[in-house]
Amino acid sequence: MTIDWSSFTPWSALAGGALIGIAAAMLVLLNGRIAGISGILGGLFKPANGDIAWRVAFVLGLVGAPLVYAVFSDFPRPEIDAGTGALVLAGLLVGIGTRYGSGCTSGHGVCGLSRLSPRSLAATLAFMGAGFVTVYVARHLLGI
Amino acid sequence: MYVFTALLAGLVFGMGLIVSGMANPAKVLGFLDLAGRWDPSLGLVMAGAISVGLMAFTVAARRTRSFLGAELKLPGARHIDRRLIGGGLLFGVGWGVAGFCPGPALVALGVGEAKAVIFVTAMLVGMGIFELLERRKSARQASAA
Repeated sequence: MTIDWSSFTPWSALAGGALIGIAAAMLVLLNGRIAGISGILGGLFKPANGDIAWRVAFVLGLVGAPLVYAVFSDFPRPEIDAGTGALVLAGLLVGIGTRYGSGCTSGHGVCGLSRLSPRSLAATLAFMGAGFVTVYVARHLLGI
Repeated sequence: MYVFTALLAGLVFGMGLIVSGMANPAKVLGFLDLAGRWDPSLGLVMAGAISVGLMAFTVAARRTRSFLGAELKLPGARHIDRRLIGGGLLFGVGWGVAGFCPGPALVALGVGEAKAVIFVTAMLVGMGIFELLERRKSARQASAA
């Protein structure tokens, strides 16, 4: 394993991570809800009374974040190498998988591990393991 | 009030994703590429988030209501089953294909990236497919009972 020191950004990673933790803390301590993004989105597919507005508001906050960030600093453009077919396939898998697995990187990875939940640890190991294998196969076996 | 706090939490979450570089799929894939030139950043993002999260969820576990009086809805499920692991594996493959998980994809949507529009649309279709399959399953169970 070779560490890519030129790309590694330990301080901004820790600071951004702490912000994500603060957001999760706000949502659980003020709204009483878990900051799991796939769960928050998924809940909009079976809307219940009084359970819609906060979900929409949280999603709008996420989508609006780059606009607010751009007020203070230049926004770093995302580098998305995947083509249309790969994006469609990836989106379908992420949509179906996060709903069957009851969570994604935020719900299981951040909130679940913070709650020391064995279930979330198992889910996190599953999706990280699958992510490692997929990138290995794509980049090093298929050379995509 | 809850709408405002949720909006603020979403905004802070999105800021965290941008500051940490996780809104950039290329950086996420740099973490998932163990055999290439590895970028450990995502691991430190998790560490930073979990160290704050540990404190917050320790406080939350001792309470039945939030500081604003809302019912605290913490997940009660404890079982590790095929749905959990299978779903996690499917998600992981999708994550590895494009470098997007749900949060960063929504942030990239806010930047107006056309590719994020494609990914998020497909993700919502995937969630809709899950919902349809679940409804069909519960209808089958209801008619069998």
